[in-house]
Amino acid sequence: MLPGSLAVVESAASEVFVVELAEYSGPLDLLLTLIRDEQIDIYDIPIARIAEQFLARISSLKLDEAADYLEMAARLVRIKAQTLLPRREGEDVWDDPRAELVRRLLEYQQVREVVDVLERRSEDRRGRFARAYTQQAVQIPMAGKLSLSLPELLSAVDRVLRLARKPHIHDVVPRALDVDGAIGIVRALLAIRARAQWKDILPKKAEPWEVLSLLLALLELAKRGELRLLQPHAFAAFEITRDSSSEAA
Amino acid sequence: MTPLAKLLEAALFASATPVPEAALRAMAAHADDAETTLESALDELRVHYDTDGHGVELIAVAGGWQILTRPEYTEAIERAQLAARPQRLSTAALETLAIIAYRQPIGRSEIEEIRGVGAGAILKSLHERGLIDVVGRGEGLGRPLLYGTTPSFLEQFALRHLEELPRADELAIALRAPRQATPPGGVPAPATKDNGEAPRRAD
Repeated sequence: MLPGSLAVVESAASEVFVVELAEYSGPLDLLLTLIRDEQIDIYDIPIARIAEQFLARISSLKLDEAADYLEMAARLVRIKAQTLLPRREGEDVWDDPRAELVRRLLEYQQVREVVDVLERRSEDRRGRFARAYTQQAVQIPMAGKLSLSLPELLSAVDRVLRLARKPHIHDVVPRALDVDGAIGIVRALLAIRARAQWKDILPKKAEPWEVLSLLLALLELAKRGELRLLQPHAFAAFEITRDSSSEAA
Repeated sequence: MTPLAKLLEAALFASATPVPEAALRAMAAHADDAETTLESALDELRVHYDTDGHGVELIAVAGGWQILTRPEYTEAIERAQLAARPQRLSTAALETLAIIAYRQPIGRSEIEEIRGVGAGAILKSLHERGLIDVVGRGEGLGRPLLYGTTPSFLEQFALRHLEELPRADELAIALRAPRQATPPGGVPAPATKDNGEAPRRAD
C-alpha cells in the first residue's frame, strides 16, 4: 500500500477535516492487513493472536482516540472470550462467534477489490484531458470610490422606501374569468354607442382577471361578428365598432 | 470524412462533458446525411483519430461519447499548466464510492457498517466532487438519505455504464449469505464462488 496514494481528500470549499490514518482506511483494513501479513485463513482466525496484534498495532499507532478502532478491538476481545467458553458436549452446530466478523471481512475484502478496479480506471482517466470549456468570466468593473452627499443618499433611501411601500404581493386566488359578464358589458355599451375604445369599457383600477375577461370577451364577440376591432397602427389604442352587418342578420 | 462524422466531431469538440448518445442521435436525424448511420459515423471518427495520427481519441463513456487527449501527452500538457490532473481520491473515499456503486440506493449507516468507520465527511466530500448524489429517502427511523452515483462518476472512472464494473460474483471473493462457521480446528470451507446468490446490481 502506498501511503502517498492515500492522500487526505480535502475540499477547499468545506472545512470538514477528514481524519485519515496514514496507513489504514479503517479497522477492517487493519484487520485484513494483519490476516494477510500472518498468512492466516480468514475462515479460521486464531482470534486470541489477532486480537493481541490488533491491540498492539493500534497502541503503537497512537490511535487511542479513534473510536472506530477501539470498537473493533472490543469486538475482538469479546469474540476471544466467547471462543474460550467451554462448549456443551454433543453440540453439532456450533455458533461460531467469529462468523459475523468473517462475513464482514469478506464483504470488506470485496469492497477493496472494487477499489482496485476503480483506482485503475480513474488513473487511466486522470491521464486524459477533456476539452475544458469554461464560461467566459464576467468582467465586473471595479467600483470607484463612492462620492455621495447625505441628501443624495437620503433621497435614494426615500426612493427605495417609496417603492417598497407598495409591495407586490401576489395572492394567487383561483378565480375563474368572467367572460360572459364582460360580454354583457360590451354589448350594453355598444347598444348605446356605435364605437368605443378599450378605456371606455375597462373599469378604472381593473383587476387582472377583469382585463383578461374583457379581452377574451372582445375577441369572442369579434369572432361571432358582433363587433370589429381596429388598430390603426402598432401600439395604438384600438377602436371597437359595432358590426352593422351582423345587426342586419 | 462523411458529413455526419464531421458534424459529430464538431459537436463533441464543443462539449466539455460526454455527449449523450441520444443527443448525438438527434443531431444525426437532423443532419443532411441520410446515408451515414450514427454508428458508422462514430466508428469513422474513431478510426480517423486512431489511424491518421491524432493527439486525441474518441472514447465511449457514461452512456455517451467524448473526445479526450491521449495519455502520452498528459505530462506535457500538465507541465505547460494548460490542464491539471484531478486529485486522487483517498482509499477511504474509494471504498465508500465502491460500496455506493454496488449497493445504491444506500444509506449512510449501511456504508458505515460495511466499512466499520464513520462516513459523514467522506460522503460530503464525494458529493461536492459530484460523484454521488442523494437519490431518495429510505424507510425507517428518520427517513435516512439514500445515495447513488452520478453520471460524473462514470465519466471520472472511465465507465460506459455501471455494468462495466465487475459483477459481484466475478470478484475473487463473492459475498455469501452468513453461514455456520466450522469450529476451530475443523476443515475450513474453501472460498467457493458458486454461492448461487444473485449479485446485487444497480441500474
